[in-house]
Amino acid sequence: MVTVHSGSRAVPSALSPLPLDAWLLDLTAAAVSLPNTASPDLLGDGLARLELIALHFPKFNDGRAYSQARLLRGRMGYRGELRATGDVLRDQLPFMLRCGFDSFEKADPPFGEAVRAAATLFSVVYQPAEDNRVPAAELRRLATAGAMAAAAAVSLG
Amino acid sequence: MPDSYFYRYDAHDRALVAERVAQFRDQVARRLSGDLTEEQFKPLRLTNGLYLQLHAYMLRVAIPYGTLTSGQLRALAGIARRFDRGYGHFTTRQNLQFNWIRLEDAPDILEALAAVDMHAMQTSGNCIRNVTADHFAGAAGDEVEDPRIWAEIVRQWSTLHPEFSFLPRKFKIAVTGSPRDRAAVRVHDIGLRLHRDPAGAVGFEVIVGGGLGRTPMIGKTLRDFLPREDLLAYLEATLRVYNRYGRRDNLYKARIKILVHEIGAERMRGEVDAEFHALRGTALRLPDEVIDAIARQFAAPALAARPARSEDVERLRARDRAFARWLAANVTPHRVPGYAIVTAALKQLGAPPGDASATQMDAVADLADRHSSGEVRVSHEQNLILPWVPLDDLQALWRALDALGFADPVAGRIGDIVACPGLDYCALANARSIPLAQRLSLRFGDAARQQEIGELKVRISGCINACGHHHVGHIGILGVDRNGTELYQISLGGDPEAGSTAIGEILGPALTEERTIEAIEAMVDLYLATRVAGERFVDTYRRLGADPYKEKVYGHRA
Ligand code: SF4
Repeated sequence: MVTVHSGSRAVPSALSPLPLDAWLLDLTAAAVSLPNTASPDLLGDGLARLELIALHFPKFNDGRAYSQARLLRGRMGYRGELRATGDVLRDQLPFMLRCGFDSFEKADPPFGEAVRAAATLFSVVYQPAEDNRVPAAELRRLATAGAMAAAAAVSLG
Repeated sequence: MPDSYFYRYDAHDRALVAERVAQFRDQVARRLSGDLTEEQFKPLRLTNGLYLQLHAYMLRVAIPYGTLTSGQLRALAGIARRFDRGYGHFTTRQNLQFNWIRLEDAPDILEALAAVDMHAMQTSGNCIRNVTADHFAGAAGDEVEDPRIWAEIVRQWSTLHPEFSFLPRKFKIAVTGSPRDRAAVRVHDIGLRLHRDPAGAVGFEVIVGGGLGRTPMIGKTLRDFLPREDLLAYLEATLRVYNRYGRRDNLYKARIKILVHEIGAERMRGEVDAEFHALRGTALRLPDEVIDAIARQFAAPALAARPARSEDVERLRARDRAFARWLAANVTPHRVPGYAIVTAALKQLGAPPGDASATQMDAVADLADRHSSGEVRVSHEQNLILPWVPLDDLQALWRALDALGFADPVAGRIGDIVACPGLDYCALANARSIPLAQRLSLRFGDAARQQEIGELKVRISGCINACGHHHVGHIGILGVDRNGTELYQISLGGDPEAGSTAIGEILGPALTEERTIEAIEAMVDLYLATRVAGERFVDTYRRLGADPYKEKVYGHRA
């Protein structure tokens, strides 16, 4: 099993994530694996000590972990490693990267290249997510505001 | 080519669609070379609108809020000619399907669509599907605001949404801006109804958990009035609750309506509100400038002032019964005096509902250029709409549509049958729907009789998935399979409109095709004999109840 990364995370953690039940008994462990039916709220104060959270895709088309990822990143401010495990396919990578995953468990070594390609596959996004990319609507608003400011500057000058 | 009076792609939209085509071209190449198995490829082709049907691939093209330029319609005709057998099928969700596609051609077809700012993204799969809206938007006199502005905002937000591309099940959103709900917002996963609060501000009634299919349900209002700037935050909150808690153990219980039903509207509202409060005011908030920039693109064409009454039309109406019938059925009053909305009925005697040949599509595109500011709409009833027609053009347009076979005066009438593809095309079907629709339209083909019967919505689905929306037909017909025999179950009293939305009630045991047609004839006769002035078929049914109809059809009170 090789773990690859998106470039934002230089070296994936070597820790083995504990299953949630075990981790709840040993809150000092720095890595946990969350089943996709569990609420990220269960991590409670222990979240601050975590270096690695693994979220699971039992099948690629079971998308619950996307919401878990966004809650962890966007709502709870988790900045450690977020790893996608299970049925992780290269065609789902663009979505995973946008939801805040930054490492991927995968048996297939060429996957590293796939992650890099996925990050640049779409130059445009339409909605805010966890990757700080600016949505098209906001780019348009900024462009209009910029054009108006420029026009104002010209008319003043 | 005329300008368009709805959202125009900019460089961002074009870049995204082009990148999507390139991605799919690569995926198809990997499938053809054997790198991808059919199992791995299936979800990829589905999110690009490509289905494997009984005889060939089917490609479903998105027509956001059912609005097309004449140029786009011509491009669709061109694709039908080049890659299909020369025709296309307009669906009840305002989309267009090509039924005879080769996998190898699919990337080229998507590229041809991209050239006219169209795509097939999210017309399938367990994601947020193409957003639908009132087909008379912008032209009807009765709306608060053009619902397509909001359908476009939702279209952009939902396109390649990273969190909601693998939902428990498909997800359909519809928007209406009119009290006369032509978008059936109460039978969608989310229905949005624009209205004003007492202070005059525009916002949404948000209806969640409606749907047809095997468990038809009418949606629950989770919010009476949502301020418009909060729309995306509220949608994201609702979808997140659904993505996390919607059932994934059973395909038939996976729609959001089941979640709402199982936990109850109160708890659903609580869950969504909790999420909404955390999301409200974040980057999802819609600033006025963003809304206004989209709204400006939906500005109506500059329509020259015209007299509110056309003497030519009135003269011909008095003289020609066929023209008078067509005016009564297929022409709708316009917001602007001197103009009309015209329905081109894709309900030719003996042809599948919603089918149009490439030649017919080209011809309608020409008519749109000549008479309707170059714009065409697709309706849920599988008709084409010309929304900006001067009254003085009606006569010429009527003759031209008649020459195409699209002037049958059926809109809203018994001949305006909605039917899914059924067993002729669909692998899931129990029974054929198209031949039944054809035989019914032949039986009731007489225009004078149709006019006498008045509004009567007949909807046919070939199986319990209800793509023909039979639950909300005044007369609904569902194909069932009994030991290898195709039978049809009739229901009465359905209604798609908000305010009076109703799911039809099953009349009795399923019947053969022949007996189904006889039963409908008998029930229509009963209606004509017992109606009181001003009653439509469905009103008489509501007044009398089911018993007299059962007696007519089954000869006893079932
Ligand atoms: S209702 Fe059934 S038969 Fe008709 S198109 Fe849908 S799935 Fe196919």
